[in-house]
Amino acid sequence: MDTVTVKELKKSYNTFPAIDGISFSIRQGEVFGLLGPNGAGKTTTIRILSGLTRPLSGTATIMGYDVVSNPVKVKRSIGVVPETSNLYPELTCTDNLVFAGRLYGMSAKNVKAKADELLHLFGLQEKSDVLFGKLSSGMKRKLTMAAALIHDPPVLFLDEPTTGLDVMSARALREVIQSLKDRGITILLTTHYIEEADRLCDRIAIIVKGKIVTIDTPDALKKSVKTEKAIDIKISHFPYFIEKDFLNITTAIKYEKIEDGFRFFINDIDTFLVEISAFIQEKGLIIEAINTVAPSLEDAFVEITGLKKEAMVQEKGSIK
Amino acid sequence: MNSTIRNIYLIAMKDMKAYYFKPPNISWGILFPLVFILAFYLKSPMEFSHLIPGLLALSLLFSTTSMEAIVITFERMTGALERLLLYPVSVTTILAGKISGGAVFGITVTFVFLSGLIIIFPFHIKDTLLFFVSVIISSFTFSALGAFVSVSVKQVFEAQTLSNLFRFPMIFLSGLFIPVNSLPSIIKPIAYLMPLTYTIDCMKLAFGYEYQIMHPVLNLAVLIVFAFIFLLLSVKILKGRMS
Repeated sequence: MDTVTVKELKKSYNTFPAIDGISFSIRQGEVFGLLGPNGAGKTTTIRILSGLTRPLSGTATIMGYDVVSNPVKVKRSIGVVPETSNLYPELTCTDNLVFAGRLYGMSAKNVKAKADELLHLFGLQEKSDVLFGKLSSGMKRKLTMAAALIHDPPVLFLDEPTTGLDVMSARALREVIQSLKDRGITILLTTHYIEEADRLCDRIAIIVKGKIVTIDTPDALKKSVKTEKAIDIKISHFPYFIEKDFLNITTAIKYEKIEDGFRFFINDIDTFLVEISAFIQEKGLIIEAINTVAPSLEDAFVEITGLKKEAMVQEKGSIK
Repeated sequence: MNSTIRNIYLIAMKDMKAYYFKPPNISWGILFPLVFILAFYLKSPMEFSHLIPGLLALSLLFSTTSMEAIVITFERMTGALERLLLYPVSVTTILAGKISGGAVFGITVTFVFLSGLIIIFPFHIKDTLLFFVSVIISSFTFSALGAFVSVSVKQVFEAQTLSNLFRFPMIFLSGLFIPVNSLPSIIKPIAYLMPLTYTIDCMKLAFGYEYQIMHPVLNLAVLIVFAFIFLLLSVKILKGRMS
């Protein structure tokens, strides 16, 4: 069953097309990623689905409710974590959550219990009486996510959830997202971190300049990359004077030195392994590690979009 | 209907908790009217009691509009207003909540000033009911005016500056110092477009002076109409900015 359905959605700012006829659907319990550089249209898509901005044309439904004609029902079905953690700095963590819950119509008793549960889930129980403005960036992000979950929404929108966070906070937040997925919450996640999309998403839509270029699972996207097969081999105490003998390995097309060993480009893994094993034995060497080299999602992104991977870290508005 | 009123109450309470003591609120909403009152007392202590109803109306105007500049413009700057729009509440409910918070702030400040003035210059209010009703209705009207100004600008200082474009002419043209009936006929229509004119007319009557413009019920009705116009305009502008 599709929880979110988007058809031919368009939105322009002045004459600039922010999103240009995008279509996708998200199944119940799925983590769906919108992956693209800054300015690709990810946030605009979330804003339309959240009822903050009206589309120029096209339709979008969430849990069967149209986002334009039935915004209140839509808002009851979703939790939104915007790009900036915009709770109230002057209110405590508990007060922020209680205020959010009360606006969803929850009773004072229920909302307090739910707030306590969420503070515990996000490891913020010690901070319940601390002002939101006094929290670290990572904690602010967590509390913003907690506020989005206060009414137990079946659908959660996460707009660049880990942007600006330190490594530890980002990792902790990804673990929370994973746990939400395990609870069966449908998640729409926008990110410009390729690795994050790879790790968290069931399916990914790559979006560039307001258009969706492709939608598939991370594995399928990786498999679609046309790269040469390769194997990385690390040999202990490798005597470099015998490196020239690698040229005699006929099943390797070519080889190159990498950080901690050698990468061999090959046609057939089985015949190469037989030959390299014989070579290693003949030279009296010891293999420390051997790995097949699979194309990464980054390789897929670069090949599919024609963009350099650096495009993903450019500031908003600078993508050409 | 019940949930709408509840949401208005929740938003107003949140604003009061979060913003009552923000610096621009204290300077423009509390200190400015206080300085104004002191300045007029020092200028002519003997005639000061005649100015009390008008000065109380003025403190109501400044405190409510200052509060709106904070609760709307400041929240727009920080993105917190957008957060409110994510909840299942209408734009009208959000603005009604913000106007209510501003109105309560204005009423509180005005009654603090009133208490101080009563202690220092013992006087009594002749028509207490009219006074209370005038303060309550005017606070919502002025707060709605503040909301209308605040949704139209981006920064808090812009909201305060634009508010002053409305507030300062009102000081001189709304019958506080010069009776509206004594104004040149070319200026009179401007005075009639200012909500403070109707508040001062009611307040003066409540303090035992003659009303100048019209019966207080009509004055209050005009103030209510002003409040709805400002609310509707604010909603229209905010929705326009969203889309």
